[in-house]
Amino acid sequence: MRQNHDWRAGLVRRLRRSFGPGAKRAGRAGARHCYTVIALICSGLRAPFINSAKNGPLRHHPAPFLVHRVFCAMPLIAETKTLRISEPLALQSGAVLPSYEIAYETYGELCADKSNAVLICHALNASHHVAGVYVEEDGTVRAKSEGWWDNMVGPGKPVDTDRFFVIGVNNIGSCFGSSGPTTLNPETGRMWGADFPVVTVEDWVNAQAALLDALGIAQLAAVMGGSLGGMQATSWAMQYPDRVRHAVVVASAANLTAENIAFNEVARRAIVTDPDFHEGHYHAHDTLPRRGLRIARMIGHITYLSDDVMNEKFGRRLRQLANDVTQASTGPERDFQFSTQAVEFEIESYLRYQGDKFAEYFDANTYLLITRALDYFDPAKSYGGSLTAALGQVKASFLVVSFTTDWRFAPSRSRELVRALLHNQRRVSYAEIDAPHGHDAFLLDDGRYHSAVRAYFDKEVSHER
Amino acid sequence: MSGDDSMLALAALVPVGARVLDLGCGDGRFLAHLQNTRQCHGYGVEIDDSKVAACIARGVNVLQLNLDEGLQMFEDQSFDVVLQLDTLQHLRNAEVMLRETARVGRIGIVSFPNFAHWPNRLQVLLGRMPVTKRLPYQWYNTPNIRVGTFADFEVLAQANNLRIAEGFGLHGGTPRRWLPNLTASTAVFKFHT
Repeated sequence: MRQNHDWRAGLVRRLRRSFGPGAKRAGRAGARHCYTVIALICSGLRAPFINSAKNGPLRHHPAPFLVHRVFCAMPLIAETKTLRISEPLALQSGAVLPSYEIAYETYGELCADKSNAVLICHALNASHHVAGVYVEEDGTVRAKSEGWWDNMVGPGKPVDTDRFFVIGVNNIGSCFGSSGPTTLNPETGRMWGADFPVVTVEDWVNAQAALLDALGIAQLAAVMGGSLGGMQATSWAMQYPDRVRHAVVVASAANLTAENIAFNEVARRAIVTDPDFHEGHYHAHDTLPRRGLRIARMIGHITYLSDDVMNEKFGRRLRQLANDVTQASTGPERDFQFSTQAVEFEIESYLRYQGDKFAEYFDANTYLLITRALDYFDPAKSYGGSLTAALGQVKASFLVVSFTTDWRFAPSRSRELVRALLHNQRRVSYAEIDAPHGHDAFLLDDGRYHSAVRAYFDKEVSHER
Repeated sequence: MSGDDSMLALAALVPVGARVLDLGCGDGRFLAHLQNTRQCHGYGVEIDDSKVAACIARGVNVLQLNLDEGLQMFEDQSFDVVLQLDTLQHLRNAEVMLRETARVGRIGIVSFPNFAHWPNRLQVLLGRMPVTKRLPYQWYNTPNIRVGTFADFEVLAQANNLRIAEGFGLHGGTPRRWLPNLTASTAVFKFHT
C-alpha cells in the first residue's frame, strides 16, 4: 500500500491520550459551569425567576468499540481486480473514453439477490484498497498494507463485511490502476500524461455504475464516501436515484467554497510551475515534478488538520539536530540556528517528510485532475443554485456526518446538504462529531463517529425499507 | 419524559400520520413510538452523541444540532407537529425557541416540570429549593435553567399569540385536569400557531 499511515497512527495514539475516554473534555457550548441564581417568590403562581449562563447539554463520550479487535484475529485479505470496459464513456466535458480499465477490490459475499452491495468512494489521494491487507507470494502479510479505511470496513467493523459485499473502486484519472495519466492511451500506445481528459465527479459515478453493471448489481444497499468521496455518494443519489437505497456522506459538501478552490489552485500552481513539469509530459522527459508535488502536499496537509492538533503534535518544538548533544528530551530547548533555509521547527520537518513521501508515489497529472473534479462539483449549478431542486429526484436515505474542527469541509457545509434533504422530505440523519482532528477525522477511529455509522448500517442499511 | 403512561398520554395529542419534529428527542423512544403506533414520520433533534447513535439504532431520523443555535435548518410551517418534551427548560432562549416552534410547525406540544406542583411549593416554603422525583437535581447542578409553572406557560403563550388547544397536568403518568398547577408535576400544552 503506497499510502503510509504510520505517522498518523502515532498521532491518533497521542490524541487518544489527550482526548480519549477519561480525559477531561470541554462541553460543546463552551463553559460547562452553570451559574444559577434563583430568586424565589412563594406565590406559586408565578415562576421563580431563574437566570443561567450558557450550559449546553453535555456531550457524552462512549467507550470505543472493541468488537472489531475480536473479529480481526484473521486479517481480511485484499486482492485487486481490474475490469476492462469496452463500452465508451461519454465525459461531461464532451470528450469520450472509447474504453477504460477500473481497478477495484471487493470484500465479503454478494448475497443471492445481490441486495447487500456497498460502494465505497475514495477522496483525493486514496484508492480502491479500502480494507484488508495484501499477502505476499510466500503467504506472509505485506507490512503496512492496510486499506485506507480499514478501521471502518471489515469483518465486525461499522461497515461489516460479514453482512455486506463492499466494493472499493479506483476512479478513472487516478494513478492506482484505473485508466489515468499514468496508463497507456490505447490509441497512441503512449502514456496518457497531460492528455488524459478532464473528469468530473459525475463521470466517476458513471464509470462506477458501469462496474456495477459488470458485477450484475442493479441497486446498491449503500454508497459511502468521505470528502470528495462524499461528493460521489451524493452524486450517486442524484444521478441514479433508483440504484441507491442509502448514501453515507462524511465530511463533505455540495460544492467547494472559494477558499477551498483557492487552496487547490495554489497546489496546482506549485505543480505546473515546477520546471520538471514539462506541461504534464514529464514522463517523456524521464523526470517527475517532485518539488511541485511536495508543496501541493504540504498545503493539503495543513488544511486537513486543525490548529489544535498541530499544536498538540508539534507546537513550537524545534527539530533535534543530529550532532546536538545538549538536547536531551528533558533538557532545555536548543538555540535557533538563525538560518532561513535550515529545517528549524518540527512542523517543518513533518511537512517536508510528508511532501517527499507523496512526491514519490503520487502522480502530478492525477493531482491536477482530481483537484479540478473537486472544484467543478456543483450539482446545484444547473438548478439555478438551488441544492434543494438538485436533490429533488433523490430517493435514497442519507446519513450525513461532519466534524466540528474540520475547516476544509466545515459542518455548516454538511448542514446545507441536510437542509436541502429536509426540504425534499427525504429521510436523513446527521451526526456532528465534536472531534479535534480537523478534516482528517473522517479517516480516524472515533468511537462516537463509528457508533453512528455502525448503528446506521445495522438498522437502516440492513433492512429493506 | 418518564414512564410509558406519560408517553401514551402525550402520543394521544399527536394526529395520526403527522409529520413530526421532536426537539430534544433523547434516545428517540417517543418518536419511534409515534412511528410504530400512529404512522407518524419525521425527525428528532438531539445534541448528545450517544443518544444520536441510539436514535439511529432505533430507526429514528435524528439531526445532531444545538437547539440554542435556533431552528434555521427548518422551513416555515414544514411540520404538522413540533414537540418539545422536557426540552424547553434546558434552553437559554426558551421564548425564542417557542416562537421558532410556532414558525416551523402548525401544532406545538410542550411538556416541562411544573414548578408550582404542591410538594415544590412546600419545600420552597420551608426555605429550600425543591428536590423531588421529577426535579431530582440540586439548585447548583440542575440542567433545568428555565423553571416555570403551568400558569406561567399560559401567560407566555398568550403573549406570543399561541392558541392553547389543550392544557393539562401529568403526574405519575396520569392526566390531571383539576387544578393542574397544584396537582401535577408535569405541565403539558398543545397549541396552534
